[in-house]
Amino acid sequence: MLDTFVVPLLKIVVLLNAILVSVTFLVLMERKVIAWAQSRLGPMRVGPHGLLQALADPIKLILKEDITPARADKWVFTIAPIMSLVPALVVFSVVPFGFDPLFYVSDINVGLLFIVAVTSIGVYGIILGGWASNSKYPLLSSLRASAQLISYEIAVTITLVSVVLTAGTLNLVGIVEAQRDAGVWFGFLQPVAFILVFIGGLAETNRMPFDLPEAETELTGGFHTEYSGMRFSLFFLAEYANVIVISAVVVIMFMGGWMAPFPNVPVFEFFEIIPGWIWFIGKIFVLLYVFIWLRATLPRYRYDQLMNIGWKVLIPIALGNLVITGIAKVVF
Amino acid sequence: MTLQTPRVTTSASAFDTDELVLNMGPQHPSTHGVLRVVLRLDGERVVHADCVIGYIHRGVEKLCENRDWTQIILLTDRMDYVAAASSNLGYCEAVEKLMQVEVPRRARYIRTILAELQRIASHCLWLGTHAMDVGAMTVLLYAFRERELLLDLFEEYCGARLTYNAMRVGGLPLDIPSGWDKKVLAFCDLMEPKLDEYEQLLTNNRIWLQRTRNIGVISGEEATAIGLCGPPLRGSGVSRDLRKDEPNAAYEEFDFDIPLGTKGDIYDRYLIRMEEFKQSIRIIRQAVTGLPEGPVMGKVPRLIKPPAGETYHAIESPKGEIGYFLVSDGKSTNPYRFRVRPPSFCNLQALSRLVKGHLVADVVALIGTIDIVLGEVDR
Repeated sequence: MLDTFVVPLLKIVVLLNAILVSVTFLVLMERKVIAWAQSRLGPMRVGPHGLLQALADPIKLILKEDITPARADKWVFTIAPIMSLVPALVVFSVVPFGFDPLFYVSDINVGLLFIVAVTSIGVYGIILGGWASNSKYPLLSSLRASAQLISYEIAVTITLVSVVLTAGTLNLVGIVEAQRDAGVWFGFLQPVAFILVFIGGLAETNRMPFDLPEAETELTGGFHTEYSGMRFSLFFLAEYANVIVISAVVVIMFMGGWMAPFPNVPVFEFFEIIPGWIWFIGKIFVLLYVFIWLRATLPRYRYDQLMNIGWKVLIPIALGNLVITGIAKVVF
Repeated sequence: MTLQTPRVTTSASAFDTDELVLNMGPQHPSTHGVLRVVLRLDGERVVHADCVIGYIHRGVEKLCENRDWTQIILLTDRMDYVAAASSNLGYCEAVEKLMQVEVPRRARYIRTILAELQRIASHCLWLGTHAMDVGAMTVLLYAFRERELLLDLFEEYCGARLTYNAMRVGGLPLDIPSGWDKKVLAFCDLMEPKLDEYEQLLTNNRIWLQRTRNIGVISGEEATAIGLCGPPLRGSGVSRDLRKDEPNAAYEEFDFDIPLGTKGDIYDRYLIRMEEFKQSIRIIRQAVTGLPEGPVMGKVPRLIKPPAGETYHAIESPKGEIGYFLVSDGKSTNPYRFRVRPPSFCNLQALSRLVKGHLVADVVALIGTIDIVLGEVDR
């Protein structure tokens, strides 16, 4: 009873709260980092150096009027943001924050497959939300989102297969342990896959330079144009939660998960003083910073160019990488 | 008004598709004000585009016919409000031409400095918003940072930051404050490395290149036929810059180049404006260092009453050729007819031609590359 219900439930409560709070602070971090990149200060008024902005924003969003457009499909319009947020949160159930079972909710042996499958559901929220708004900009946006998801999901999944070949398991804990046994992060063994998954991750989470479904200067916010208040913020939460998910997946697959850098080199053993979950979160933060950094720097791709990159560049490279990995696996 | 375009079926196959009519604007973040573009889309491809203007029409031209010649300067500020000094300059010179007034050399020099500072300020705004439309949001803040310094310079000169009312018929109301010329030179020194900073972010950026090259190509002949002016015309390789062709103010005394494009796409127009920044700095440096002594106001009667007649005078504003057609009846103190040839309006004509066959994302890039100010389009 205790082990089957109470402990997992407690873990879920802690994890959900941690994620939601970190999402609000991620928004603050994004605003701050972009502000610094643009020689501004960013939020400074609420709390010391604007720290409490992370709380003020959600309060504002909750208090705002929740509008449903008159001609919208009411039910779908309501369900869509939930559909986009829930998968983003569910994924965390298999993310191992550390080696100890205390640090993950569940350890299923097809963890990676689970993540790939569940994150793809999230885009339905965007498609349905755009369609249910009964408005033209959201419609265009949801068309873009579905095309984008398909073209990038394939490339990312094929690439992940090559990592699975290297690791020999779909279990996320197993993948990290495989990296410990190999004595090197898979990011070094599979540099091409590393870059592909990161680029694909940018595209799947609709981040710059692939934020076409949102594209506020073209589609005026895209799928969430007609949303306001809490329903809008659910989309918002989902996007940032997805960014954290992708960062976590990349860290697990390519950056050694909770392990300290250079796990088998005696000189660097002092790294082990820092607990694994801190390493894990620290690595995620590095990736999150890169996400934000790219947003501050790059212009946006056009829709057709994005599709070109997906189908003509990423998928061939991913397939080639898979073949080479397979051959290497057989030969060595 | 027949704006409602009928839905046209494009193909007769089993999968019939309709064209989507999309209203871009007047409330849209990238139409630079209250421009409304009615797009007919096939998927995301633009089949046809109509520009609807007039949302901030204030009747400036008619208004001017009821104001005296000096009061009009203030109204010219309100047309191209991001390049007010250029509008002032064009109008004042047109009246001077009508009255055949000699403007002191010092005044002409200071006018040139103001006009060129204005060109940099206007191009800063263009660069920031254009890059923002394409998605590079940091450039906006960088360009505005430098534009702020320019506005400070203008504020120090005439007290206003946007609508300057900085010139008068026959010269200038004010001489430059002491030390202002040094500050202008200091700004020039500061601006040059900043330009490299902008270019680092954009000029060789692969995404920027893909978004701007071969988009909105227009040939030199076509550009001339439509009546384009300014950077969009020079981007197509047509050498026409009124600062060289029909020099006004003190331009004939300075040494500067007119950059020309070859292809006539967005990227060419971008490069031309980036080069114009540098040429403007060059002109300002020459003007400030060679600033002659003397009065800043010519001999003009207190009550301005040009003799009966008409004139057309055009100058090169940051956006292109801004021309004033003035008719005086010689009796009253207000113009009989006042008409502006606004560069934004003439350049905007090209939009529906440029966007045809491109995607929605290119529409905003093309609005940006034309560099319009709706205050001037609608007047």
